[in-house]
Amino acid sequence: MSLPPFDWVVTEYGQVVLRVCRALLPMHDAEDAAADAFLAALEAYPRIRPDSDVKAWLVTIAHRKAVDILRRRARHAVPVADVPERASGGEPSLADEALWAAVRDLPGKQRQAVAYHYVADLAYADVGAIMGTSEAAARRSAADGIKALRLRYPSASVAPDQSKPNKEMS
Amino acid sequence: MNDLERLLAGPEAGDDQAMERLRAALASRAQEQNLLDIAYRTIDSPVGSLLIAATPEGLIRVAYARQGHDAVLTGLAERVSPRVLFAPGKLDDAARQFDDYFARRRHGFDLAVDLRLAEGFRRTVLQHLPDVHYGRTVSYGELAALVGHPRAARAVGTACATNPIPLVIPCHRVVLSDGSPGAYIGGPEIKRTLLDLEHSEIA
Repeated sequence: MSLPPFDWVVTEYGQVVLRVCRALLPMHDAEDAAADAFLAALEAYPRIRPDSDVKAWLVTIAHRKAVDILRRRARHAVPVADVPERASGGEPSLADEALWAAVRDLPGKQRQAVAYHYVADLAYADVGAIMGTSEAAARRSAADGIKALRLRYPSASVAPDQSKPNKEMS
Repeated sequence: MNDLERLLAGPEAGDDQAMERLRAALASRAQEQNLLDIAYRTIDSPVGSLLIAATPEGLIRVAYARQGHDAVLTGLAERVSPRVLFAPGKLDDAARQFDDYFARRRHGFDLAVDLRLAEGFRRTVLQHLPDVHYGRTVSYGELAALVGHPRAARAVGTACATNPIPLVIPCHRVVLSDGSPGAYIGGPEIKRTLLDLEHSEIA
């Protein structure tokens, strides 16, 4: 069994890595971190075992890139708060950008656990391994994070359902 | 799954544009770091979609749709390197030359080639093929004589049938001794189309 072309890895997991990075970092840093994560993955790719869990491997690399960037930001200058972000080319809807901002405001462990379980859909055993904690602790952090998000981002429980009739129309 | 969880799982508006930016950033960083072992793209042509792929040394593969582009990329990953990336910018010049060839604005290709996928006698045959100029044809036997093995017409046929860089290495100009086109990697119809294209220019 041999490795498929790396391009197929980008096609299959590009979105999920981008979304994980957006959950962890402000948007301009997020896209930079995602590209750096894939560059590091490209370098190491010929050496991975063909039966590896590629998604967990990529999210682990993205996790390290994000930790590096946050550490660097913390060392230098005053962290720039979440200024309203330019949508560089793409048009993310406002509701989603607000959700990402809410995720980024979570405490570190909760933010990571939410990103790796709810955004990347990894099992808690993998989430724990990436965060350097136990499966149970990862599960707890994710549950706490989701609970906090529901409070800070209550509109998500009702708003984005496009199929419901708009009150103002009637 | 509730709404919040569904939003987190995605996708959302803008994801496709973000993917395009990711691919572009990755391709350019990979090239800077010498990690772009194989760059590829596809181009539309009068003979269907063509896959073109290059290593830092030069063009290594040109493939017709009927050869299965995915299968060709899998083969490159296996035989050369799995560091294969869609990097159209790296192949802009090659793409332009193909456009010019099909528009009859150019008679030959000015591109470095990487012939590592062809070995021994096959490689020798491919190296002689550019001597068969635009609008001309030779028979398998004549080409065998040209490379100094007049009895090796069959081996010449195999070399043409396994040519990794058709069009640029013009194996379509090798025909049967009665002048009929014979077999071709892209199929006999495409061979006929190419010979007509080149011949009508000369005539």
